[in-house]
Amino acid sequence: MSKRSKVARKSQFNKNGYFFCAPYMILFATFILAPVIIAVILSFTNFNTIQFPSFVGLLNYINLITSDDVFMKYVLPNTVKYALIVGVGGYVLSFLLAWALANMTKVPRTIFALVLYSPSMTTGVAMTVLWKIMFTGDQTGYINSWLMDIGVINEPIIWLVNANYLLPIVILIGLWSSMGVGFLSILAGLLNVDESLYEAAAIDGVKNRFQEMIYITIPSMKPQMLFAAVMTIVGAFQNGTISSLLAGNPTPGYAAQLIVNHIEDYGFIRYEMGYAAAVSVVLLLIVQVFSTISKKLFGDD
Amino acid sequence: MAAYKGHRMNPDKFEKSQIKLYLFVVPLVLITGLPIVFIFFHAFKPMEELFAFPPKFITTNPTLDNFRKLFKASRSAGIPLSKYVFNSLLITVSVVFSSLAMSTAAAYALSKLKFKGRDAMFMINQLALMFVAVAVMIPRYLIVEKLGLIDTYWAMILPLIPLPVALFLLKQFVDQVPDSLIEAAYMDGASDFHVYIKIILPLIKPAIATAAILVFQQVWTNLEASNYYINDDSLKSLAFYMNTLTSTTTTNTVAGQGISAAASLIMFVPNLVLFCILQKHVMNTMAHSGIK
Repeated sequence: MSKRSKVARKSQFNKNGYFFCAPYMILFATFILAPVIIAVILSFTNFNTIQFPSFVGLLNYINLITSDDVFMKYVLPNTVKYALIVGVGGYVLSFLLAWALANMTKVPRTIFALVLYSPSMTTGVAMTVLWKIMFTGDQTGYINSWLMDIGVINEPIIWLVNANYLLPIVILIGLWSSMGVGFLSILAGLLNVDESLYEAAAIDGVKNRFQEMIYITIPSMKPQMLFAAVMTIVGAFQNGTISSLLAGNPTPGYAAQLIVNHIEDYGFIRYEMGYAAAVSVVLLLIVQVFSTISKKLFGDD
Repeated sequence: MAAYKGHRMNPDKFEKSQIKLYLFVVPLVLITGLPIVFIFFHAFKPMEELFAFPPKFITTNPTLDNFRKLFKASRSAGIPLSKYVFNSLLITVSVVFSSLAMSTAAAYALSKLKFKGRDAMFMINQLALMFVAVAVMIPRYLIVEKLGLIDTYWAMILPLIPLPVALFLLKQFVDQVPDSLIEAAYMDGASDFHVYIKIILPLIKPAIATAAILVFQQVWTNLEASNYYINDDSLKSLAFYMNTLTSTTTTNTVAGQGISAAASLIMFVPNLVLFCILQKHVMNTMAHSGIK
């Protein structure tokens, strides 16, 4: 959209652009871009953080595919499951909730949006405590106590050690905190759609709210839809660290081992930074695939 | 039957047709909100209620005991809580203001000014958006160290200023400011800087508010800087201190749970307050602003 637009007098070349960008870009290059490049370079090396990294070519990647059983058997399937439910599912849920909220009056909308967004404010340290208390493994745990009260279970379940429950719990927490920035962006986009478009569409034969959503609403808020898609998927992957905060790293039986935990495992526990960097690059590529799909769906062309 | 007339988002009053929306939204809101409410209750529970069996959700005799213990713990550690609070305030205010100034300027340039490398810059920023932070921690440390920032406030401020998400969001919104407005300003003889201050900034207020929230959350709860770049305890942030309380052995004891909940609450409430203030602004400006 903006690529073809022109600002009359200065449509060709405006060096002021560099001045406006410089402060941000210098800091960006120093603290984000350079580390990312270094990480990519490290992925081709063997680096134990003490000795100077030694070049090993594609060895890290080859090992990842051919001899990392944990990765192939647990990490990858878990990650795919998690990404589909929390990433894609969370995105659809964000949209539906935002759409429902946009069709409500202002006061309830504001309150509901606040509540739905609140888990995203608490990422990081704060909420681990909460879930640890909730999912305490004996009868003093809240979840156990409630489930025993209503007779669903007879004995307390040791939630955070039991391989059967760990991934579902992590997915649940992921979904709980998936109404983040993307959700807000969609809500804002919905409220900003030009109202005259709806009137015009009704004249052109749009018959109900569903058609309106498909033909008018979504196409006219593509920037927000795309942004939300990227944020939801990145958020989903980043929230994956909750696994190791809840159940340690590696998680019991690798039950909730996600790709971010695998990176932590190799990077900060085994100090195999080269290998960890290779896994990070794979993660980057996976996220890239999701975002390419989103771009196909919501991109300008 | 009357033809479908098209409906408006953001209705002015409650209508029956909205009931099914409430049936869908309210249960999800309750499920989402309960854990947050729980943390509030838990932080004010006296010892006997923390130990109560069966465990109780609601606090019957609220007390400030947990907060008192939390303050006592900081006094015995040697560094007063007020020092951590001061550090966090200094860092947060510096980062939020510099970040907003730099990102809005860059967003304006990337969206509305033509220059070589513009699209490349934006693409790179977008790629960085997708990188998971865990992976770049070590390289980041190496850079901070090389720049000689270890054990300075700079180490806690500079790395946090560039937030790709904020720039991305701002740029998406600047894109929607019509070029005709800017062209008209140029006709009147305005400079680029003038356009930025007088046209762009007022029109992207909602995005600025949202970016402010994001940057704030990023800084306020940041542990990376305190953990890796700072050895001097008196320079560390409140988030760091609160984390030592929640992560050490305290969580394993029932008594520690109360203190942890209190610490979580202290970290959470500023986010909540800021969001409440800015969200109102976001919603108002979004619904009525001229960005079409």
